Amino acid sequence: MCLAIPGKIKSIDLQYNGLVRMAKVIFGGITKEASLEMLPDANVGDYVLVHVGVAISKLNEEEAQRTFKYLEEIGELGELEDVDEYLPNSEKKAS
Amino acid sequence: MKYMSEYRDPVLAKQFLEEIKTTVTQPWSIMEVCGGQTHSLVKNGIIEMLPDEVTMIHGPGCPVCVTPLNLIDKAVYLATEKGVILCSFGDMLRVPGSQKSLLEAKAEGADVRVLYSPLEAVKIAEDNPDKEVVFFAVGFETTAPANALSVVHAHIRGVKNYSILASHVLVPPAIKAVIDDEESKIDGFLAAGHVCTIMGNAEYHPISEKFEVPIVVTGFEPLDVLQGILMVLRQLEQKKAEVENQYARIVREEGNPDAQKVIHEVFEVKNQMWRGIGEIPESGYAVREEFAAFDAAKKFSVNIAEAPEHPDCISGQIMKGIKKPFECAQFGKTCKPTNPLGAPMVSSEGACAAYYHFSGMVEQA
Repeated sequence: MCLAIPGKIKSIDLQYNGLVRMAKVIFGGITKEASLEMLPDANVGDYVLVHVGVAISKLNEEEAQRTFKYLEEIGELGELEDVDEYLPNSEKKAS
Repeated sequence: MKYMSEYRDPVLAKQFLEEIKTTVTQPWSIMEVCGGQTHSLVKNGIIEMLPDEVTMIHGPGCPVCVTPLNLIDKAVYLATEKGVILCSFGDMLRVPGSQKSLLEAKAEGADVRVLYSPLEAVKIAEDNPDKEVVFFAVGFETTAPANALSVVHAHIRGVKNYSILASHVLVPPAIKAVIDDEESKIDGFLAAGHVCTIMGNAEYHPISEKFEVPIVVTGFEPLDVLQGILMVLRQLEQKKAEVENQYARIVREEGNPDAQKVIHEVFEVKNQMWRGIGEIPESGYAVREEFAAFDAAKKFSVNIAEAPEHPDCISGQIMKGIKKPFECAQFGKTCKPTNPLGAPMVSSEGACAAYYHFSGMVEQA
């Protein structure tokens, strides 16, 4: 039910006497219409998450890479914590 | 598809599983709140791959499953007796009412239509000015903006033959109800990423603090779910209880303020009945008085008596995570997706249907 899919905005037009901003969004090979009323700042080329015909979030492309780096990050954090145990109290990093 | 397929990488999934195995030192129970996450866990075989110490408990996050039986009976009544064009999302049509489902009503000649979006229902109303069009508006916070927007569209376009039969449920009160249930023992939660896309994370901080449980806002692809589980486990092992955001590519701390605005314009919070669970205080949305003309519950006088649930269905215990689907004597025998006794066997996000389709437990039963 809460399924929502990321797609790229191909074009934007105004409907109903300019009251409603609608986008054509490409999902893989399929293009569907989505309301941009919840995302007034979204523009052509942006990736947006669409749920039941309404775009609800603009994808943050930088954050999108975090999952791929997470294991590396916690690995480095773990090493820092290991080093921390051997440091005198005065040099321990603030936690 | 970009921003989907890369989160299904099997090599990285294996690395996450290895990290989960090295992190965990004792048994923990984690509830994934959203049915979409249950679907992902079962479909991708993640439950079987997790170490024995980690038990995934499936939460109540399937709006189709928790929509009250009485409301389904009302929708069926509107379609069959009042001659309305009754529209809803596909899953909703197959859920058994006390007499019949909407799909059965359709087979008998009622005008029942499956739609992708509630906005389409407003167009149907415009195209059929001599008919009443009702959208059966079910959903969690994720779907509330779209359902509210359909009312706003009908209002600004002067469409008077459109209304919604609203059955909206809210996640944070359900999490509290699950924690308060003395039978359930849950150490941490994966919160529903798309609900938080709308509402943000603010509501979860007091829950995490008060009940001392880690809550990780999590996405739906296999790597999302694995990372969410790892983040909860790291907190549990380090004796922390915080709100973290695994799904930051989509979820902002404050959510989507424009979506919250349209929700609050059209809906107000009310006590809500959850099928199989009971009434949870302040856990649903009702259409505000200002939009009463678009509220099917007010527009049509429908008095349908409360009907009892099927006596053999244990869906309440399933949705509170107290029992697993295969612990139900009816599972896969008298209760199947083709002949469901209760709603969790209907929706693809219902725990029973997910187990039936993907886990091979039917063969073992």
